[in-house]
Amino acid sequence: MSDNLEKIVSEICTRYGNDASRMMDVVRDAHARFGFVSSACADAIAAALKTPRVEVESLVSFYAFFAAHPRAKVVIRLCNDIVDVMHDGHKVWETFEQELGIKTGETTKDGAFSLEYTPCIGMCDQAPAALINDVVVTRLTADRAREIVRELKSGSDPAGLVKEFGDGNNAHELVRAMVVNNIRERGAVVFDAEDMQPGTGLKNALAMSPAEVIRAVKTARLRGRGGAGFPAGMKWEFTRESAGSFRTVICNADEGEPGTFKDRVILTERPDLLFEGMTIAGYAIGAEQGILYLRGEYAYLQPFLENVLNERRASGLLGQNSAGKAGFNFDIRIQMGAGAYVCGEETALISSCEGLRGDPKTRPPFPAQRGYRGQPTAVNNVETLCCVTRILEKGPGWFSQIGNGKSAGTKLLSISGDCKKPGVYEIPFGITLQQLLVKAGGADAIAVQVGGPSGSMVGPKDFGRQICFEDLATGGSIMIFGPGRNLLQVVQKFMEFFVEESCGYCTPCRVGNRLIKERLDRIIAGKGEKTDLAYLEQLVEMVKAASRCGLGQTSPNPVLSTLKNFRQCYEALLLKETGGMQPAFDLKEAVKDAENIAARASVHC
Amino acid sequence: MSEKISFTIDGVALEASPGQTILEAADAAGIYIPRLCKMKGLMPFGSCRLCTVLVNGRPQSACTQPAGQNMTVENNTEKLNDYRRSVIEMLFVEGNHYCPFCEKSGNCELQAMAYRFGITAPRYPYMFPDRDVDATHPDVMIDRNRCILCGRCVLTSKAVDGKNVFQFTGRGAHKKISVNSAAGLGGTNLKVIDKAAEVCPVGSIIKKRVGYAVPVGQRKFDARPIGSEIEEEKVK
Repeated sequence: MSDNLEKIVSEICTRYGNDASRMMDVVRDAHARFGFVSSACADAIAAALKTPRVEVESLVSFYAFFAAHPRAKVVIRLCNDIVDVMHDGHKVWETFEQELGIKTGETTKDGAFSLEYTPCIGMCDQAPAALINDVVVTRLTADRAREIVRELKSGSDPAGLVKEFGDGNNAHELVRAMVVNNIRERGAVVFDAEDMQPGTGLKNALAMSPAEVIRAVKTARLRGRGGAGFPAGMKWEFTRESAGSFRTVICNADEGEPGTFKDRVILTERPDLLFEGMTIAGYAIGAEQGILYLRGEYAYLQPFLENVLNERRASGLLGQNSAGKAGFNFDIRIQMGAGAYVCGEETALISSCEGLRGDPKTRPPFPAQRGYRGQPTAVNNVETLCCVTRILEKGPGWFSQIGNGKSAGTKLLSISGDCKKPGVYEIPFGITLQQLLVKAGGADAIAVQVGGPSGSMVGPKDFGRQICFEDLATGGSIMIFGPGRNLLQVVQKFMEFFVEESCGYCTPCRVGNRLIKERLDRIIAGKGEKTDLAYLEQLVEMVKAASRCGLGQTSPNPVLSTLKNFRQCYEALLLKETGGMQPAFDLKEAVKDAENIAARASVHC
Repeated sequence: MSEKISFTIDGVALEASPGQTILEAADAAGIYIPRLCKMKGLMPFGSCRLCTVLVNGRPQSACTQPAGQNMTVENNTEKLNDYRRSVIEMLFVEGNHYCPFCEKSGNCELQAMAYRFGITAPRYPYMFPDRDVDATHPDVMIDRNRCILCGRCVLTSKAVDGKNVFQFTGRGAHKKISVNSAAGLGGTNLKVIDKAAEVCPVGSIIKKRVGYAVPVGQRKFDARPIGSEIEEEKVK
């Protein structure tokens, strides 16, 4: 048995050149083969990769999709973000629990099923949703949950749960998903295919010098679409000018911000546009390698994307003398993630690509100076790289005139929540929230979460604000909350998410978010008092200022923005002051333990 | 000869060599920036965030941020010291720290830092986590109750001892220090003379049988506050 394990592990490791920096792939394959990474398996991997075994343990224990203990053959991951809650997710979850006879977090006695919660899987426009192994199931109801369990119990493969395929490439033979695209508005840059000429952007780029390509991207005023809005041309220039033995382009497709799913639709419908953009980026910065970091939740798209890459290799667009350009040898590999939101942070993403736990790196040095394997690296968002292709195809002038004059181009927005038409909207920068709500059929909104949990919650008085870099900058997650929604429940869900996803590297994020959540829970339970608001404000400010990476620097935003815009929601729940006494102090509760130990009641309460 | 970089900390002008961090330059000038994870001779890790300063108004960890020409650094301000108190209090409530009977008392940098900042009790509620002890090694033990996840042992084992005894596992609240053997610390190649066995700032990695060799009252921080050795540079 153990000889067999070592043999299988050795085969897996050989597949990746026994290279410890490919540990993500090794562990993923071993996990797929054995269902978990046992202690013996960790030893075998460590031996084959010539790395300490604790490094294997460290990686396995970091990612939610890896386990060190036996998991069931069928793992059902219930997406429990706020939008799923709003679409009666609880009824679905309860049904799964009842039908399987276990609680979420448990495995059935026969080892057949595990039930887990997972944060946003990028399906908010078709919630409630779940992952059953790698298979995505959407628009779940209690009835459907019951049927699913019955089908699986009767021995059906999870893939058989998909009865009808979604539109477009969701029906492709390598995808075969029930996911739908929900493209509600097609803009000139990414989704309006009328005038798109595949290959022209790359051809034009290769006819220019790399410096000219960078200049074109700068002239187009292209800024990063992931949320931070860093000028893409400048990033490329820094990367190109940094000394190094090789350079790398990484596409960040770890779309993990709850409520965003636009990259999923690009990857499904416009993969060539993306890979062309990565190739152009490779040419511009002088890279030979591109990496597409694909979040584990989108594993169902992997075979399809690998096939697109193979087709591009076959047409000579990748590989030796890419696209006929002598001396330009560029290829792309896909790096699968494994369930860690923090890996959307670019330096954590690089750690993950290097076969490490997804800890963010110390900066400076920045990735442009020392990124992947210590060499200059440009990390760009999926949407940004699609824009690149179009800029090189149609010219920077064409691109920069789209938008509101300051922010150039279109923005893909993922709209979900209380609205009639959830989905992806490609809209020129400058649209107001009010206009957006009308388009989506959510004009009665009481609040909108712009930019996901790490963004901010905006109230009706700010619905006149614009989506653009100068006003409401966002990676594209727009969650709409209609009348009657409990906004503090939303905040609570978001904080629960950050506590779960903090990597734990630095003190403020690891501890501070838990403290924020504790006090928020207390207020929501009706046990808060006035001083708790000041307490929260201190924590929020400190965690934002002192955290090491973008996760901790933005994680208190749900509390910060609601304390500012919806303070009355908190105040309504606070205990009333009672004659100089601390209203939240519960004497009975405070002496309970002592009473139990003494085995008698206190005479004073 | 490379040129010197001039910058200020709290209005005091000082110089740094290119590549030197703010914290290193401050140390050399006798300006103490509080820190827990950073240790002389080790790569900065940047985990505790105690050394957070404002660089031209923006928060940065002084242990990782290179000094830059004409930088304006704020260090000893009311706001930053309140953040520091927060960090210290967070580390206290996150673990189980029993100073009165901890053998590291008096030599503990976390405790000393709390004294330096005049902390008598944390403003945050204790979490009372369930953490374990690894006493499998004949000469050294790990008490995870007192671990502050600074990373010193991980870095030292790799960079100084040339071993890989320690590494972090888990994430977020579940992050903990682990060792390179399924059998616990006793299964690793750690030797009591290894540097990694003595860098722990708190009482988490401790040598057996030497705990109370120095009586309370005669220990490192009993006589003067942590940071004094650096501040005395200023006087010279």
